[in-house]
Amino acid sequence: MTTTQLKDPPISKRLAKNIKRNFLERVIEIILMFAALAATFITLGIVYILVTEASGFFKEVSINEFLTSRQWSPLFEDAHYGILPLISGTLTTSFIALTIAIPIGTVAAIYLSEFASHKTRETVKPILELLVGVPTVVFGYFALLFVTPLLQKLNPDLPTFNMLGAGIVMGVMIIPYIASVAEDAMRAVPMNMREGSYAMGATKFQTAIRVVTPAATSGIIAAYILGISRAVGETMVVAIAAGQQPTFTFNPLEGAATITAYIVQVAMGDLPHGSLGYQSIFAAGMVLFVITFVFNILGHMARKRFAERY
Amino acid sequence: MMKKNSVSEESLIKPKTLEEVRAMIRSHKRNDFIFSSIGLLTITFALLTLLILFVDLVMDGYPKLNYQFFADFPSRRAANAGILSAWVGSSLVMLVTFITAVPMGVAAGVYLEEYAPKNWFTDIVEINVTNLAGVPSIIYGLLALGLFVYTFHLGQTIVTAGLTLGLLMLPIVIVSTREAIRSIPVAIREAAYAVGATKWQVVLHHVIQYSFGGILTGIIIGMARALGETAPIITVGALTFIAFLPPAPLTSVAPFISFEWLQSGFTVLPIQMFSWLSRPEHAFHINAAAAGAVIIMLTLVMNGTAIWLRYRIRKNIKW
Repeated sequence: MTTTQLKDPPISKRLAKNIKRNFLERVIEIILMFAALAATFITLGIVYILVTEASGFFKEVSINEFLTSRQWSPLFEDAHYGILPLISGTLTTSFIALTIAIPIGTVAAIYLSEFASHKTRETVKPILELLVGVPTVVFGYFALLFVTPLLQKLNPDLPTFNMLGAGIVMGVMIIPYIASVAEDAMRAVPMNMREGSYAMGATKFQTAIRVVTPAATSGIIAAYILGISRAVGETMVVAIAAGQQPTFTFNPLEGAATITAYIVQVAMGDLPHGSLGYQSIFAAGMVLFVITFVFNILGHMARKRFAERY
Repeated sequence: MMKKNSVSEESLIKPKTLEEVRAMIRSHKRNDFIFSSIGLLTITFALLTLLILFVDLVMDGYPKLNYQFFADFPSRRAANAGILSAWVGSSLVMLVTFITAVPMGVAAGVYLEEYAPKNWFTDIVEINVTNLAGVPSIIYGLLALGLFVYTFHLGQTIVTAGLTLGLLMLPIVIVSTREAIRSIPVAIREAAYAVGATKWQVVLHHVIQYSFGGILTGIIIGMARALGETAPIITVGALTFIAFLPPAPLTSVAPFISFEWLQSGFTVLPIQMFSWLSRPEHAFHINAAAAGAVIIMLTLVMNGTAIWLRYRIRKNIKW
């Protein structure tokens, strides 16, 4: 019994030399690696499609006209290709949404993280997470058939499709998102910082404003940036309620198309593949992608900086 | 500002009378009370607004919410219109989405967390995944239009829509898989290695088993999001008026499974709602409300399950 044990090499060595075992391990690792690479391929695919289709567009339209002309009418006889009206629509709706969502979201986050009892927080936080998942087409319904008629009672001149109603609903839609992300950031501030502040005689409010909020700044900013990115990329609410007419205006009482609403409008019609109108949605999409990409990277960096500090 | 500062400095140096200290404490306590009231009011206001909106929607759609609504095809007459083709379409699209996104997302998450070396390449993949999660859904629609519809010639079919939503869901699955795996202590892995397990055995028998709940949470949340997505499906070109069902996946003749449905035209619930919503007649808006109520119920139930699951996992973790 003992002699055989001495003759045989140790189990670990036998396993190390097992060719089948090692080969399988390699194969599995490579398969998994390709799955991870797929994520990179999606980004590359997006960039590739946007660039190739938009390059056809920019062969016909000068970049100068695209960026400076104040008219966007690619589907009309008298075609103009200035992206500015779509950008003004996007900025106006996003601005309205964020003026609602950022203050309310921040106050809600501070309250939930610093003031609310354990029970309140444990009830409200899941509700916020639930609300983040409500599909946006439903919010389009609210904007068109609930908020706009309400606003029209206050201001009878308001058109059925207007940026104000769409912006307000979009703001309400983003509140749970900002509140939830900002609250996570504030909860991540170590407890002993609060305890230090309380020990000096500070009240809850003083601690929240002068200790916790400054400590969580980058995390809160990340919440704002991700909120902005959501507002800019939001499609269904504006496509349903903000109007389809590209107008260069910052007046929320008017209707105007956003970048996303334009893409939806064109995609619903049946434009032939390769036509200038078809390519124009990729040019618009590229602008949208670049804007949200910048915000996403900024948000990611802010979040990472925050995560590294604690 | 300056003056205020100097005053407060003075008051720090000067000993205060008991009355002054009491007044200060009172005013600070008042501030606390004021803010906590504002906070509570704000949250109540926000939640109440959303509640009113949901109740309004459900009440508008309530008269339509009966068996017939689920069994009827869309129609030019609002009273006869139903969501049969929409919910069948949604289910089939979700099936393709699930098959696409789940194995790939879990595999990618496992690779990034367990295998990937810490270098610039992994960093790039990581930033990529984070960025993808924030890309507006309509951009995925453009990708699908250019790639699936016109490059791969898959047409405006269920398989195209399913793949599109699969791509959209992929980052959500990857991120939640990673988070779930990260919470497993290293000691568990070391114990498995110590008895001679290979890396894959550790992953398959331990890591994936223990993080299964977390991964499932991510999958459900991702599926709920894909179910409610409208914009990318519009760009892919879902038809809004579909008065037929895709061929059945199960047939009576051998080999009993047919994949013809993948090539079929389709519509999904949010698209059906959107198309009713864009009609001017009020009767169609009621249909839209009913469809909206169905969508909200489905996503709330799915997300609710996911959140409850996560809560339970957090509570039951023993390490």
